[in-house]
Amino acid sequence: MSALDRPHVPRFAHGSRVPGWDAEVDLDKDPAVIPNAETTPVPEELRREIEASMAQYPDRHSAVLPALHAAQQLHGWLSPEAIDEVAAVMQVTPAYLTSVSTFYDMLETEPEPKGHHDIYVCTNISCSLRGADDFYEAMIAAAAEHPEVHVRSFECLGACDIAPMASVDGEYVGPLEDEDAGRIVADLDAGRPVLEAKQLRYRKCADPGVAEEASQFGPDEEHE
Amino acid sequence: MKLLFDRIDEPGLNTLEVYERRGGYQPLRKALEMAPEEALDQINESGIRGRGGAGFRMGQKAGFLPRGDMDKYLVCNADESEPGTFKDRELMQKNPHQLIEGIVIASWAAEIDQAFIYIRGEYSHQADILEAALAEAYEAGYIGERILGSPHTQSLVLQRGAGAYICGEETGLLDSLEGKRGNPRLKPPFPAIEGLYGGPTLINNVETLSTVPHIIRMGGKEYAKIGTESSTGTKVVSVSGDVRRPGNYEIALGIPSRELIYDLAGGPPEGREVKFWFPGGSSAPVLTNDDLDVPYDFDSMAKAGSMLGSGAIIVVDDSHSVLEVAQKLAKFYAHESCGKCVPCREGTNWTVKMLGRIESGEATPMDLDIMAGVQEQIIGHCLCVLGDAMAMPIGSMIEKFRDELEAEIETRRQRFGAGELEDVIPIGVADEQAGPLPVH
Repeated sequence: MSALDRPHVPRFAHGSRVPGWDAEVDLDKDPAVIPNAETTPVPEELRREIEASMAQYPDRHSAVLPALHAAQQLHGWLSPEAIDEVAAVMQVTPAYLTSVSTFYDMLETEPEPKGHHDIYVCTNISCSLRGADDFYEAMIAAAAEHPEVHVRSFECLGACDIAPMASVDGEYVGPLEDEDAGRIVADLDAGRPVLEAKQLRYRKCADPGVAEEASQFGPDEEHE
Repeated sequence: MKLLFDRIDEPGLNTLEVYERRGGYQPLRKALEMAPEEALDQINESGIRGRGGAGFRMGQKAGFLPRGDMDKYLVCNADESEPGTFKDRELMQKNPHQLIEGIVIASWAAEIDQAFIYIRGEYSHQADILEAALAEAYEAGYIGERILGSPHTQSLVLQRGAGAYICGEETGLLDSLEGKRGNPRLKPPFPAIEGLYGGPTLINNVETLSTVPHIIRMGGKEYAKIGTESSTGTKVVSVSGDVRRPGNYEIALGIPSRELIYDLAGGPPEGREVKFWFPGGSSAPVLTNDDLDVPYDFDSMAKAGSMLGSGAIIVVDDSHSVLEVAQKLAKFYAHESCGKCVPCREGTNWTVKMLGRIESGEATPMDLDIMAGVQEQIIGHCLCVLGDAMAMPIGSMIEKFRDELEAEIETRRQRFGAGELEDVIPIGVADEQAGPLPVH
């Protein structure tokens, strides 16, 4: 096939068919090397946590996920500074940490304001069969005026017994109705436990052989 | 009969005090009085098959590990992410010591001195509970140096994942535990020979390991009397979707599936019927209303053309279309494909696009053949079974609900104005008209 009859493929200005894949890359710059452990400022608590984590494993690289979790906890997201700090303590390249952090859904590589709230709405099969897609819409609408509340749909969170459900800052709540979306935002605003009557941690086992009263929620009896 | 779920809602069961009062850690004492080989024999005699998905005999797998003095590892797979599965979550949250005890006994039986629990990052509440239980167990001397005065010494570390379905695949999990992106590895070598840090590694699911104390307590032979001959023991089954009482139920393997779906989980809502169901998580080929009397055990499910998988039943009633469920499923696997193997990366993506064509009214019945062909190209052609996990259920939906999908294609074509199907030539006829392929 000659160059002339090659089908026309629309491309972006930078010559790629993928938008902005290399927008942040300055190819004239040398790649970042392992930061100097002595001259890179690292918050003392973070350093201690990462070092303790590294000591638990036969190979220090195993501490990458715990270290990234800790840095994200401290900074709100994995900013270039956060990555540098972890890299300095663990003595790996920032590129290595970036490659790992972009693989995992819970590690944030985009800017997040400090003190933000994460709401993961499960939209996988079991939840969507029970109306998760409608709840997701309702949740987005309820959080529209609250920039600190981040709503995203998430893969199966392993709580199909309370479908449709969501994880609010790690707290599992369900089964949810559309009206619960507003209550979640209100609870977060007020700094209360979120939908306490619907928290998974209080749910009893559904198996009738285990207890007489199955599927009852505590601690608030009026919600039963 | 309840083993794993025995009085599981008892307040404080997650603490050492209550667990010990109920006879906890006695099986560990019993196991440590045996030689490792004897403990392994008990596990072998129990016939227990892995509860994570593959259903491989645990005793046999542990037996693959080389004996002798070397760095060997045990990894507990607590990265429960198979859609529809939530049994490990309840086991870890309510009875963490049962799991810890199982890990220590299994480590002794396979002569392992370093163990890890890899729990999915989303289970932060369960991870906190496990961490507290681990601290108690270390303090009481159930983990650590010369456990209970025996020659057995071992460590146990809890690692939290960060949100990636593929890390539930055993070799992806190992890479993640080594601090890498969780890409699956080429097998063989299998982890039992070359796993974590290149050492022999025994990987088992939470439920499998939680059963080990009961096997030691009852004796392997006694345990094997529960269930059927080739599927021994009890199984915690997660039932979800269109049922009235979704939840975890512990059953003896081999009971009719109908009993699980209707008697225990309450069946579909008033006025609805079961249309189809996944017997073993979303990656199992679907079964229909006609298969409700298939016994719930490993071999019967395989014979019915599906699998027990992770032991999670998702029920879909007749208010939902096959297309809707297929799209959810395909999008999930396309999102979670790690991208390492072409058949999976491309196959999941194209399946999403082809299902999208049906939805937008651009598809023809020929697309179903192409889609079925794509599924066949995925199965068995990748490093791990993530691609198969989409291909098997999608393939079974096309096979079992072809009429519905064809009707869907036709009505959507009409609705979106794509015209009648007169111009479309079925595949076989098209081949005939085109004649033989040119030979060069």
